[in-house]
Amino acid sequence: MEQTPGTGGPRAADRGRPPLIAPGYTSATVTDKISAVVLRGTPRWWFAAFGAAFLLVMLLLGTLGHLFLKGVGIYGVNIPVGWGWDITNFVWWIGIGHAGTLISAILLLLRQEWRNSINRFAEAMTLFAVACASLYPVVHLGRPWVLYWLFPYPSTMGVWPQFRSPLVWDVFAVSTYATISLLFWFIGLIPDLATLRDRAKSRFAQIVYGMLAMGWRGSARHWHNYESAYLMLAGLATPLVVSVHSVVSFDFAVGIIPGWHSTIFPPYFVAGAIYSGFAMVLTLAIPLRAIFGLKDFITDRHLQNMAKVMLATGLIVAYGYLIEIFMAWYGDNRFDVYMSLNRMFGPYAFQFWSLIACNVVVPQALWIKRLRRSPVFLFVIAIIVNVGMWLERYVIIVTSLHRDFLPSSWGMYSGTVWDYSTFVGSIGLFLALMFLFIRFLPMISIFEMRTILPEARVEEARK
Amino acid sequence: MTRPRTVRLYGQMAEFASPHDLLAAAGAARSAGYRRLDAFTPFPIERLSETLGHRPSRVPMLVLIGGIIGALAGYGLQYWVSAVAYPLNIGGRPYNSWPAFIPITFELTILIAGIFTVFGMLVLNGLPTPYHPVFDPESTRVFLEGLSPSGVFDVEY
Repeated sequence: MEQTPGTGGPRAADRGRPPLIAPGYTSATVTDKISAVVLRGTPRWWFAAFGAAFLLVMLLLGTLGHLFLKGVGIYGVNIPVGWGWDITNFVWWIGIGHAGTLISAILLLLRQEWRNSINRFAEAMTLFAVACASLYPVVHLGRPWVLYWLFPYPSTMGVWPQFRSPLVWDVFAVSTYATISLLFWFIGLIPDLATLRDRAKSRFAQIVYGMLAMGWRGSARHWHNYESAYLMLAGLATPLVVSVHSVVSFDFAVGIIPGWHSTIFPPYFVAGAIYSGFAMVLTLAIPLRAIFGLKDFITDRHLQNMAKVMLATGLIVAYGYLIEIFMAWYGDNRFDVYMSLNRMFGPYAFQFWSLIACNVVVPQALWIKRLRRSPVFLFVIAIIVNVGMWLERYVIIVTSLHRDFLPSSWGMYSGTVWDYSTFVGSIGLFLALMFLFIRFLPMISIFEMRTILPEARVEEARK
Repeated sequence: MTRPRTVRLYGQMAEFASPHDLLAAAGAARSAGYRRLDAFTPFPIERLSETLGHRPSRVPMLVLIGGIIGALAGYGLQYWVSAVAYPLNIGGRPYNSWPAFIPITFELTILIAGIFTVFGMLVLNGLPTPYHPVFDPESTRVFLEGLSPSGVFDVEY
């Protein structure tokens, strides 16, 4: 055991740290514990929780029905603020998704084994967040029923999309991201679906899981291709995740509006996305591990690591805010200077300072180890960061648009009750999908957990 | 359970308690001259496939092919639309404005490469396979009845 172990065992750098999985577990008990959540039947609270989320989905559908009948006028958007809550919510949701891909792809390539117990539900979170996000640009189109005009197809009208427009890039980026996230999530699930197929008691579950597992049998030949494909997909997803939020930021940065037209946007948006995504992973992981008694798998060390990633990306985001203000001053463009001052001291100053408090000030508490070790505290911080990141997008969009170059075209914006109900409804959609996921699929990757068990170590003489 | 009338031998199987033993046995079987070898494990084991003498995975080549197709198709589509099918002269700017075509070219490269990766892996593994002799419930029962690591039994087909 002195030698560096193979795929499975903990690496040299891990010695002296608390284990990633509580001691005493074997391959069989890990499998039992995770698959039991799915196979032992539905707990009563699940119906209540899913039911509540489902009601919010109904609220969403009702709102969208009203929207399709009346048009986007029901939202508070108008000239000059043509993008309001919709695009704020779009950017917020898609940003949340980024942590899932980061955990599953980038941390895999960096061989961070602690990702193994959080990657599955983080990937599910990505998928559902992208589902919520992609709703917004569609429904805020004036005529959502001609959505397909965004895709290149030989239409009888003889027109084609404008490929030089960031809005068209966005369509490709988000749909690619959704597809790759789905594929990544699904191939990660195949071996676990096979485990569920083998363990399910009911005939129906055996057939459904069996069909989804597609005949996976853990052959060495399979694993060989599988690992290669998984690694390749991680390598593809890594630049993809960086590109997606960069493209989202181009929606703003390519425009000439002061406060948007800035080269810092792509990196600052990507860091913000990871920041908010980790906040959401913590928001989900802390209650989930408590409810399902999975503290042996999602240990305090996992939470601390996520807190550290949050602190680091939060500092990058803070740097972004600072540089925006600095460049406005240094660039000496009167419109940029005015925009920065207006953001800080104008009519939306409250939102701006709240965002600074939520995203920059409060998370500095994560420097303190004692606080990082408290799940309750982390949960609270994570919620605050989620709020802060929403405010950030709101401030970027609204304060930039409401006062641009000509004072004659200035105006004020605030969301309407339909904006609120769409947003709350999309949270309901996200939660409903999440509840379905934890009920029917293993929320922790069983086979990847097996690889970090001590028994998975290969003690082989070095060549 | 209905069985095929002609029962023939598919292979022989042994169970090992640890990855280490399995790797050692795989190596021994391979050096003894056995060539049609496979192993079934609940998680991937490093070097197992090489030890069994399997060829390197062809997945990376498929990823490369998918990526090249995606890049060419992505750029080609935008070039064709913007310069051939629907050229818009905006202040005399070039139709083939390649820097603006990079993001979609990149996204389609990733998309097609990713699709090739996943479906390539499934095809190379012969999935979906609804039935395989290893799934035979009777042999699984025998298997579960507790064979010692040296225990060997037939899987009929």
